[in-house]
Amino acid sequence: MEIPIFSGWSDLFTGLFAGVVFGFLLQKGSVTRFSTIVNQLLLHDFTVMKVMLTAIAVGGSMIYGLQYLGSDVELNISSTTLFSSLFGGAVFGVGMVVMGYCPGTGVAALADGAKDMWFGFIGMIVGAALYAELFPLIQNTLKPASQLVKTTLPEYFGVSPWVFLILVWSAVVILVFLDRKAASVKSGEVMA
Amino acid sequence: MLDYLKKDRWSPYIVGVLLALLSVYCFYFLHHTLGTSTAFVRLAALFWYWFDVEHLEGNSYYMSYLAKEGWINWQSALVFGVFLGSGLAKRLSKPDKQDFVPKIWKDRFGDSYIKRAVGTFLGGVIILFGARFAGGCTSGHIISGGMQLAISGWLFMIGLFGLGVPSAYLIYKAKKAR
Repeated sequence: MEIPIFSGWSDLFTGLFAGVVFGFLLQKGSVTRFSTIVNQLLLHDFTVMKVMLTAIAVGGSMIYGLQYLGSDVELNISSTTLFSSLFGGAVFGVGMVVMGYCPGTGVAALADGAKDMWFGFIGMIVGAALYAELFPLIQNTLKPASQLVKTTLPEYFGVSPWVFLILVWSAVVILVFLDRKAASVKSGEVMA
Repeated sequence: MLDYLKKDRWSPYIVGVLLALLSVYCFYFLHHTLGTSTAFVRLAALFWYWFDVEHLEGNSYYMSYLAKEGWINWQSALVFGVFLGSGLAKRLSKPDKQDFVPKIWKDRFGDSYIKRAVGTFLGGVIILFGARFAGGCTSGHIISGGMQLAISGWLFMIGLFGLGVPSAYLIYKAKKAR
């Protein structure tokens, strides 16, 4: 069977460029460090959550804002069952604890000097291969097609997306507030 | 502007905003979402292509991805770009070596390089297995999915922290290194 080498020059160039920006941001955001990731999971350092929640709040507002203004771009949600998202996420979380990075930040970490991550890189390829081998088994036993879901929270609960976006924004505001408080305590302005 | 590019650490909030802008741009203008895990599926497929083509051709999981977008697609280029971009960012920052064995790991498991190498490897196996099981990773599910308010993305995040936080405590805070 004929397998194309690549999916087109524009994909190659735009993907590369987007990746460069992405990797740049990850490094500057210091999420390419083992300590940042693991300390998030130990709930000592919330850098990761700050990045993620801010991105979700801003991005979500733009997407749903544009949709409100009449844009008709379809959402692109990976099709997966409720069980696979939850269980896959849980397994992913354990891997993240041991490896100390996620796939994206891990690749970025390679360029940031994390030599141990080369073993993680190989491990990730093996992990993908393992899944590919077990896929027929998994597909038949653990992923019943009837549960396949591609829904969004607003669709599922039948409420406006802004209900959820306001919640995410609130979380971001709380994190900013806690940051400010910690900073002022540190600089001695406020008695702890 | 150049000064800011040379700063060591950016505010996570600013990084979040810029990531959102990048993500939305890719979504609307390029019709692609940020993600990294399928790039590793392709790398695994490449291994089989070199060592046992028939095995690759007999595996419908690999073939479904390859048939659609070939060996190098947007995401694979993205992942390579991440490597380059991070390196560029590092060049613009103060030089700062990362230890082979991170401190938190060392406190718990000692400073053996081999132990850390094995640990990182196993972590990688587990993480990508989990990612493909869920159909995405932190970029795909949490950022791209999260901002679309996809239930799958939020469930992924709940699963990640739900098991990740207790595991982190069990693994790293169980007992101090002897």
